[in-house]
Amino acid sequence: MNNLNSFRKDIRSWLAENCPHAMRTPMLEKDICRGGRNPVFQSEEQQIWLKRMSEKGWTAPTWPVEYGGAGFSKDQAKILREELSLINARPPISGMGISMIGPAILEFGSEKLKQQHLPAMAKGEVRWCQGYSEPNSGSDLAGLQTKAENFGDHLIVNGQKVWTSYGDDADWMFCLVRTNSDVGKHSGISLVLFDMETPGVSTKPIKLISGTSVFCETYLDNVRVDIEQVVGDIDAGWTVAKYLLTHEREMLGKLGTAPTEKSVKEHALDCLGVCNDRLTDEVMRKELIDWEIDYLCHQLTMERVNAEIASNGVGNTSAMLKYYGTELNKRKHELLVSIHGSDSMHWENNPISRQWLRSKGNSIEGGTSEIQLNIISKRILGLG
Amino acid sequence: MSLVLSEEETMIRDTANDFLSENAGPDMLRKLRDQDDPCGYSKVLWEKMADLGWPSLLIPEEFGGLDFSHTAMGQIMQQVGVHLATTPLFSTGILAAEVLKKSKVNKNKEKLLPLIAEGKVKIAVALEEGSRYEPAVINTRLDSSSNGYLLNGNKRNVLDGGLADYLIVVCRHTSKGEHIQGDLGFLILDANKTGIEIKNNMLIDSRMASIVTFNNVEILEDEILKFEQTPELILENLLSTANIYLSAELLGVSQKAFELTIEYLKTRTQFGVKIGSFQALQHRASHLWAEIELCKSIVLKALRALDQNSDDIAKLSSFAKAKTSKISEVATNEGIQMHGGIGMTDEFYMGFYLKRARVAQMLFGDWKYHTDQAATLSGY
Repeated sequence: MNNLNSFRKDIRSWLAENCPHAMRTPMLEKDICRGGRNPVFQSEEQQIWLKRMSEKGWTAPTWPVEYGGAGFSKDQAKILREELSLINARPPISGMGISMIGPAILEFGSEKLKQQHLPAMAKGEVRWCQGYSEPNSGSDLAGLQTKAENFGDHLIVNGQKVWTSYGDDADWMFCLVRTNSDVGKHSGISLVLFDMETPGVSTKPIKLISGTSVFCETYLDNVRVDIEQVVGDIDAGWTVAKYLLTHEREMLGKLGTAPTEKSVKEHALDCLGVCNDRLTDEVMRKELIDWEIDYLCHQLTMERVNAEIASNGVGNTSAMLKYYGTELNKRKHELLVSIHGSDSMHWENNPISRQWLRSKGNSIEGGTSEIQLNIISKRILGLG
Repeated sequence: MSLVLSEEETMIRDTANDFLSENAGPDMLRKLRDQDDPCGYSKVLWEKMADLGWPSLLIPEEFGGLDFSHTAMGQIMQQVGVHLATTPLFSTGILAAEVLKKSKVNKNKEKLLPLIAEGKVKIAVALEEGSRYEPAVINTRLDSSSNGYLLNGNKRNVLDGGLADYLIVVCRHTSKGEHIQGDLGFLILDANKTGIEIKNNMLIDSRMASIVTFNNVEILEDEILKFEQTPELILENLLSTANIYLSAELLGVSQKAFELTIEYLKTRTQFGVKIGSFQALQHRASHLWAEIELCKSIVLKALRALDQNSDDIAKLSSFAKAKTSKISEVATNEGIQMHGGIGMTDEFYMGFYLKRARVAQMLFGDWKYHTDQAATLSGY
């Protein structure tokens, strides 16, 4: 305990000295640092913050030191998270590298893959994207048809991926491909890694109802992938994929919970009529408190589940948290639109409308709400 | 405090589950209800509970109690919900114990707390006066008289009133005469005093709640409870405490109703398949499971807040009661619907869970009341 206390003290004083003040202010979507081969930094401070944190290995604190991490225990990593949130520090780097494929390589990858990919990921030097869904494989992900033919030392990949988040800005892709069509659909899948500059890879952004294009279509035309870039065993990619999907669900379950955002209540009290400290619109008041109750219950459930996982090591709740968290986020944006009234219908100069439109995707991306309910009924309730 | 149960709390929960599996349950409740002279609770069960020390859990050691945490007692109340155990544990071991614990030293306190701990006395709290819950409306009056005071008024929905040896009565002091409404006061009275009339009613959940009438009841000075805090604060805390424990019980009721429903979905065959293979039912069940998980978290958080005497007890209590009330409605209504015909019968268990869920929800305010309360306390 004493050790952890002095550990906390050291972290606190290092952060006090090294976290630039500009990196302790609330951030918008555009301020997210995504790194990559051709990084776009919004400010010098952003660049310095990433450099300092990655030099300490604190961008991926639980990874071993030789792979660019800090070798922290869970308790130590928790302290770092707490200290970062105490000063409202922005994440030095975000994306699918550190949070998704990195942990999967650590768990399932060869030594060569770990050395090649993890340190660069921790430094934010490579930006990753995910090649999962296909035009005919959305909810039925395991039905994917992108084909990889095995030539011994390499694979040749042909097919099409869709809903590739930031595919046009990414440097590398982790991609599910079918390496065997003669076995059950879950058994012939492999997870492969390739550079987005490999000949035959091309992307096309998809314009969404919110006007933004966070997703792409990705075309794979005779793409050559070194056999060493298969994560885990060939044909055994579904296990890795499921592991990754759990991580993704956990991430999406936390949507809309960043403490730096202006709260729904602040929006409501700023815009709605108040008389004797009470909202005058009774219907809105009821809708708002219903959401507030469910929101707190969901937050407490994340806290409880994390504590249970830390003490018992078991957890099967990612589908529930993803389902409930994203549905709550949609409800939140519906409330914000109501609160702001016709102002929220403006296409320009008011982010409320676009965020509302974007939130419609929350219960679709990363597995629809209906798929999460299927997972709960099959894996947890045992309904066949 | 962590939102994980400690070893001791887990042990208490498991012991309560084991004990109540043997000694309570819907079959026993039905038997109790169908007796010629139903008294609304199981005497045998109450004696066994007292042997286990449950009524003493919240009583301080100096009064012969075990001085356990609310979180520990909350685990028992949750199991009380799971097994539909009907005893005076809530009225006596929780509500009366909490009021007496907070009162200043007084001969009634010194006599009654040890008796509660031993399970040898039953005490009912007489608070509500209307059919819809409005705790601020208290018209039962305590007036000065030549020898002391006189109490007049009517109380409804007094839980376990008919079997109580003592009553804790919430009233308004009008002795000083300067207020229209008067100051709030708490009395501890022998239920057999002259001028007290108690009329028993059986509720749909086979428990007893009474209408209590006070007609010029003579009150002595030492029957008036005094506190370090204001009586308003004592009442607020009593209501929050009551609602947090009822939330724990409602959680248990929901969990069991859900468990029975899932079992049925796995065994009932129609169209040649188990009905649990139908996605229309699967999705409703999965959603309900998620909601019950949320209830677990808010109930545990509220119990921990009671133990830590946090500032937000009243708010968390309303959040917990609103949420668990709503979900217990869904869990029991869906329980009946998914069971189909058998769900409507008295022979099956679901009706007992439906009835208890609705009564427990209405005690100390239903979800509509607490949703409004939660909004006010959250600044809406």
